[in-house]
Amino acid sequence: MADPMKIRANAVGDSTEVKVLMSHEMETGQRKDAQGKVIPAWFIQNVHVTHNDKVVLAAQWGTAVSKNPFMSFKFKGGAKGDKVKITWVDNHNDTRTDEATIA
Amino acid sequence: MDHDRREALRRGGAVSLLTLVAAAGWLPRGAAAETWNKDAFATHSLDETIKALGGGAPVPSQDIVFFSTPDIAENGAVVPIGITSNVPKTEAVAILVEKNPNMLAAVFDVPAGTEPSLSTRIKMAQTSHVYALVKADGKYYVNSKEIKVTLGGCGG
Repeated sequence: MADPMKIRANAVGDSTEVKVLMSHEMETGQRKDAQGKVIPAWFIQNVHVTHNDKVVLAAQWGTAVSKNPFMSFKFKGGAKGDKVKITWVDNHNDTRTDEATIA
Repeated sequence: MDHDRREALRRGGAVSLLTLVAAAGWLPRGAAAETWNKDAFATHSLDETIKALGGGAPVPSQDIVFFSTPDIAENGAVVPIGITSNVPKTEAVAILVEKNPNMLAAVFDVPAGTEPSLSTRIKMAQTSHVYALVKADGKYYVNSKEIKVTLGGCGG
């Protein structure tokens, strides 16, 4: 299981600003190791952000997203104390879900 | 969306509905199913990518704005990209890097209620144009910005 995500969710006016830092290698499948063998691709493919069970952002990622991916966005609504849930799934079908409280 | 699906159906064949939805490119709203558009992520040109995403020729638009995006990136492994779409009814935003081995970097589905403004960090193999592709009301819009990659300040 991968390390937890760092999630910040802040109420700004009538919107909620979400910032998330995930912990993932995001290996491209282009690099070679010391023996010249290709290091297989290993990267996050899907990310879902939900607020009160409503999807507020759904993403598909390729290998070009940086290692330890960062993402930020805003959605309307969301009150202090509400939970924002973020899930990612990588190409090994490994997955991780973390929650944050809107501050 | 209906139009996309019909087109996907025509091109499709005996594939599952889920694959078709994935082929159409954009996840239906609220779908929790994990779909990943394999074809779109294996493309090498803007036209190819948009086709794989189920769209037609994009219209250049100044309503798509890059923010907190550098002109010169010292480290190609971590290039901050911020995109705001002022196109009404934006449904999805995609980031494409022209000279990467695979052009498509990321696709974000933006449901109603979410501001079509987001930022992330991507990898760039070399100096290249970065395209922000926006799907709004079933149509495609594009804007681009050149980002120079110096890779550790060796000049580029």
